[in-house]
Amino acid sequence: MALRVLVGCKRVIDYAVRIRVKPDKTGVVTDGIKHSMNPFDEIAVEEAVRMKEKKIASEVIAVSCGPMQSQETLRTALAMGVDRGIHVDVSGKDYELLQPIHVSKILAKIAQEEKCDIILLGKQAIDDDSNQTAQMTASLLNWPQATYASKIEKTNGELQVLREIDGGLETVRVKIPAVISADLRLNEPRYATLPNIMKAKKKPIKKVTPGDLGVETDPRIEILSVEDPPERQAGIKVEDVDTLIAKLKEVGRI
Amino acid sequence: MNSSQRGKVIQLYKNLLFLGREYPQGYEYFRDRLKKAFLKNKGVTDQKEIQMLLARGEYVIKEIEALYMLRKYRTLKQRYYAEKDNR
Repeated sequence: MALRVLVGCKRVIDYAVRIRVKPDKTGVVTDGIKHSMNPFDEIAVEEAVRMKEKKIASEVIAVSCGPMQSQETLRTALAMGVDRGIHVDVSGKDYELLQPIHVSKILAKIAQEEKCDIILLGKQAIDDDSNQTAQMTASLLNWPQATYASKIEKTNGELQVLREIDGGLETVRVKIPAVISADLRLNEPRYATLPNIMKAKKKPIKKVTPGDLGVETDPRIEILSVEDPPERQAGIKVEDVDTLIAKLKEVGRI
Repeated sequence: MNSSQRGKVIQLYKNLLFLGREYPQGYEYFRDRLKKAFLKNKGVTDQKEIQMLLARGEYVIKEIEALYMLRKYRTLKQRYYAEKDNR
């Protein structure tokens, strides 16, 4: 049985970029800033592509929700070996306040339409760090879920997944169809090389809107304020042990 | 140098330039050094030697890819797994 795999790839601010908060505290500066695919989604894409190479999967479809530039992220996924992409166009205010619940609904809908057997997602995005999409997608579809996957193996009609949990590893077996979220140590994603990116330009990207899928993306939250984490206070140098003890007592540490 | 090798060398240069965009010390730094490295061997005419240099270029590509991967992995590990273990 060849499976169809759906992978999610979110476009986020590149991991190496220093994040700056907008002066009006409405969000972070995104204009003219380098974006790339969420690293955890890259791991998910890699795993899906490997499934295809091992002939476990017949087709790999990548989905990205966001503005026009999300297509670049999809292009990267296509260059890594994904067969085709679906760009769910969400822009403006809707995009700024797009929540995991909306993305889950979109993914669930696409998974049904495309008759997918496995949904592979990154465990969380490095921008909002919600870590909710995979769980909610599984719940919406009423499919089993295996989150924080560290290893995935197919055993006749089921998937055996090694999960990273607090203080150890857990092995679970899930029936297909299932939702899986990738943890950091699942694999080492390949690099999307220039020749492959060129070749990927020939691969199809379908553009849809949430409306086409029957999903409402009305904002559910309101951002009140976005602020920098508190800066570390400067330390002081002390002359000798006695002053050190006195100072420590002063701040109530001893 | 025959024409197919010429194409390969140009392609190698382009691929390396593309990789240089993410270089930690910046694109300029990478590009300057890359150009110097290519210019150093511009007089090479022996086909076998060119073949060897091309192979070295491919090796460098693999090394840079590995460098980027490790850098990303380390950053993520520091950000998300710092307290869990000290591996």
